[in-house]
Amino acid sequence: MKLESKVPSGPIESKWDKRRNEMRLVNPANKRRYRVIVVGSGLAGGAAAATLGEMGYRVDCFCFQDSPRRAHSIAAQGGINAAKNYQNDGDSVYRLFYDTMKGGDFRSREGNVYRLAQLSAAIIDQCVAMGVPFAREYGGQLANRSFGGAQVSRTFYARGQTGQQLLLGVYAELCRQIAAKTVTMHPRTEMQELVVVDGHAKGIVTRDLVTGAIETFAADAVVLATGGYAPVFYLSTNAMGNNVTAIYRAYRKGALFANPCFTQIHPTCIPVTGEHQSKLTLMSESLRNDGRIWVPKRAGDKRDPRQVPEEDRDYYLERIYPAYGNLAARDVSSRAAKRMCDEGKGVGPGGLGVYLDFSDAIKRLGEGVIRERYGNLFDMYERITGEDAYQVPMRIYPAVHYAMGGLWVDYDLMSNVPGLFVLGEANFSDHGANRLGASALMQGLADGYFVIPYTLSNYLAGQKYGAVAASRPEFRQAGEEAQERIRKLLSVKGKRSVTSFHRELGKVLWEHCGMERSRGGLTKALEIVPAIREEFWENVKVTGGAKELNPELEKAGRVADFLDLAELICHDALAREESCGCHLRAEYQTEEGEAKRNDKDYCFVSAWEHKGPGQKPVLQKEPLEFETVHLAERSYK
Amino acid sequence: MNLTLRIWRQRNAQERGSLVSYEAKDISPDMSFLEMLDVVNERLIAKGEEPVAFDHDCREGICGMCSLVINGLAHGGRRATTTCQLHMRHFKDGDVITVEPWRSRAFPVVRDLVVDRTAFDRVIHAGGFVSSNAGGAPDANALPVPRDDAEKAMDAAACIGCGACVASCPNGSAMLFVAAKVSHLAHLPQGHPERAQRVLGMVHQMDLEGFGNCTNHTECEAVCPKEVSISHIAKMNREFIRASVLEA
Ligand SMILES: Cc1cc2nc3c(=O)[nH]c(=O)nc-3n(C[C@H](O)[C@H](O)[C@H](O)COP(=O)(O)OP(=O)(O)OC[C@H]3O[C@@H](n4cnc5c(N)ncnc54)[C@H](O)[C@@H]3O)c2cc1C
Ligand code: FES
Repeated sequence: MKLESKVPSGPIESKWDKRRNEMRLVNPANKRRYRVIVVGSGLAGGAAAATLGEMGYRVDCFCFQDSPRRAHSIAAQGGINAAKNYQNDGDSVYRLFYDTMKGGDFRSREGNVYRLAQLSAAIIDQCVAMGVPFAREYGGQLANRSFGGAQVSRTFYARGQTGQQLLLGVYAELCRQIAAKTVTMHPRTEMQELVVVDGHAKGIVTRDLVTGAIETFAADAVVLATGGYAPVFYLSTNAMGNNVTAIYRAYRKGALFANPCFTQIHPTCIPVTGEHQSKLTLMSESLRNDGRIWVPKRAGDKRDPRQVPEEDRDYYLERIYPAYGNLAARDVSSRAAKRMCDEGKGVGPGGLGVYLDFSDAIKRLGEGVIRERYGNLFDMYERITGEDAYQVPMRIYPAVHYAMGGLWVDYDLMSNVPGLFVLGEANFSDHGANRLGASALMQGLADGYFVIPYTLSNYLAGQKYGAVAASRPEFRQAGEEAQERIRKLLSVKGKRSVTSFHRELGKVLWEHCGMERSRGGLTKALEIVPAIREEFWENVKVTGGAKELNPELEKAGRVADFLDLAELICHDALAREESCGCHLRAEYQTEEGEAKRNDKDYCFVSAWEHKGPGQKPVLQKEPLEFETVHLAERSYK
Repeated sequence: MNLTLRIWRQRNAQERGSLVSYEAKDISPDMSFLEMLDVVNERLIAKGEEPVAFDHDCREGICGMCSLVINGLAHGGRRATTTCQLHMRHFKDGDVITVEPWRSRAFPVVRDLVVDRTAFDRVIHAGGFVSSNAGGAPDANALPVPRDDAEKAMDAAACIGCGACVASCPNGSAMLFVAAKVSHLAHLPQGHPERAQRVLGMVHQMDLEGFGNCTNHTECEAVCPKEVSISHIAKMNREFIRASVLEA
């Protein structure tokens, strides 16, 4: 299989213009004859559905929550990047592009990343026009802050609720289209299967989560914007419902899955308290602007942090990475924290934590300023831990946070299955081996507002509208597959709960495929994971029935897919015999524990092809070509 | 600690429900309320009984999905706290805790503790937006917005749409929810061109959905996990009068 990225030729600055000028358009009178399915109502899916509705297409949009406003984009705290250079601090499209390439450790596609940086400014304009209440200066201009992995101030924010405010903006636009009847919203509905007819994506099978009804929807194209799969690790900063189901089932229907092992671990989360822990809470990385990270110099120092004098503290990020200090990239900071804890310098219960200390910032700026900047985060910390971070330093520890991997897409965000488009966190396109802070919101909105309206129209212009009806046998067959799967899950009637399997899987992945991976560990994981899966299908206990609201059944379906995905992740991690970004292979690191890339042999995107249940997936490679940036060692020193 | 829970069980919208007692033993004070329910559910599953259905997703107080009335108070009644962020350290060993769904005519029960809040979505469909198509927006800094206005807009926009305001109001009024959206957009210049239609449309829809009237009980403000102030209701009333006058 040859993977065509379809990045246009020519100078990087004009690639997107060139592509847009070549694209075919759909005649305005014909637009309403085309049906488009959008699965997902987060920033990517919501923006896509609203915009396609505005353009005149007939859109069906799906989400599993009770309202599109609750997609997990809502939880993003820190901010959204844009190359506006409002601060006059030397920012530019090129710099944002370069930072994102470097942050991704040169494992992303230049053309896509450059386009993202180009579109970033228009996103902010669009959001302000929609009424997003971004933070402002006294003069009424927009405020900015800096974020990990950048030396300029280009992050726009709305207190600590940037994702919420952006999503509510998108949701409002979606509601406008729902009222205008261009978009039909299907909340509490889960996609079960993708329907492929004559090689093209032409519909989906869904389950109504309230009644349990299995339904089929036919369309002229399918857009998946179903978010990230970090909960494959069980504990993560993602919402409980985040899943891989939609994209995994598309993978089983022929879509390639790219870089599944590129999963990001976030350095600043609230540490685990016990076995009952169901999710981990992120403390926005923006805290690293004013907080200083340290551990006691002496292993086993159990003193109250306020009693540890300056000379007994190790501000290790400032020491090791003087240029970026506490703002070093996420993977670099996470691994440094783990190393400190491995050396016995960790703090808090279980020794899995480091301090994030605001006392200097409070001295310098006053408590009022800190409260204004981060008040809600400090409140959140107190609610969860019962501790007041204005008085004692916060304790933080890394947690799984983001999936850079996802379905493979070309420059048009179309997968190798024609008519199947993938947006937002669900695709693999822009973040390489590591995503920089404040760039996922940017990507979701760029994909949904400014890329898909062009590229989808280009595809549709070559398709006869309504060419495929839901009466085609492929729909019935996909519907039966979904029914059969549910019947199977309910009929096992074993002894162990779904959650117990999920927790077990998460531990294996975190241990062998988390912050550090090795050949030995991955090989072991590849033995354990199939065994867990086997037991799952023989011994899982799913209570309730198929024809009712049944959260256990929903969970079971997701965990079944996670069990398959976990194996794919381990295959990918094992095949990539280099370290890059978040993928640290123990065998390939510098003496200081930094990732050692192998550009000679691994400068490619790994795109996995499903070969049927129980068969080993096959690796397809898309070589990465760099015309504009030089491959450099990613140093934050 | 050991607790007794009295939980509302209801199979579906048609059947009648009732409170059922469960013992919750060995609960850690570090658990969140929902993690405590997870533990109870795991034990029910082990016994072959049906677990309790409840809504939740982000578990960090922002998606607005979790929605429990705990001991008669929406989200348990702690200041600025959603159910998912309520921790068991605030309860005592031996406590009897009653757990019910949101109760309101406009939010019918779907199952156990899960209710249907789509009425809120329909209120937003009726005008809770700024009509601005993608593409062609002017530069974001072209129109300065006084910081104070932006802050006030943000105070209102912080609403997570959980519905605690409705659940806590003796009249089942949605005034705080609707006012938060009206006030958010009324404080920004981008919201001005449509401000009259917006408030009229949303208030009309709110009445159609069967939400009650506001008679100033202020329970809504007290339970709001985002501390949205009832001053926004006053702002909405002003917007409404202004729009009605214009209309006339
Ligand atoms: C705690 C946290 C903080 C973050 N902070 C930041 C930040 O400050 N800046 C930043 O840039 N990024 C941040 N991120 C990352 C960013 O929020 C996400 O990557 C991004 O919002 C994902 O958007 P999305 O539209 O792709 O997916 P989502 O918003 O997750 O939406 C997914 C949608 O798909 C639907 N869906 C999923 N599966 C199915 C299915 N099977 N059937 C039907 N519907 C389905 C869901 O219902 C939902 O509507 C953060 C992430 C987390 C978890
Ligand atoms: S689960 Fe999201 S607010 Fe409680």
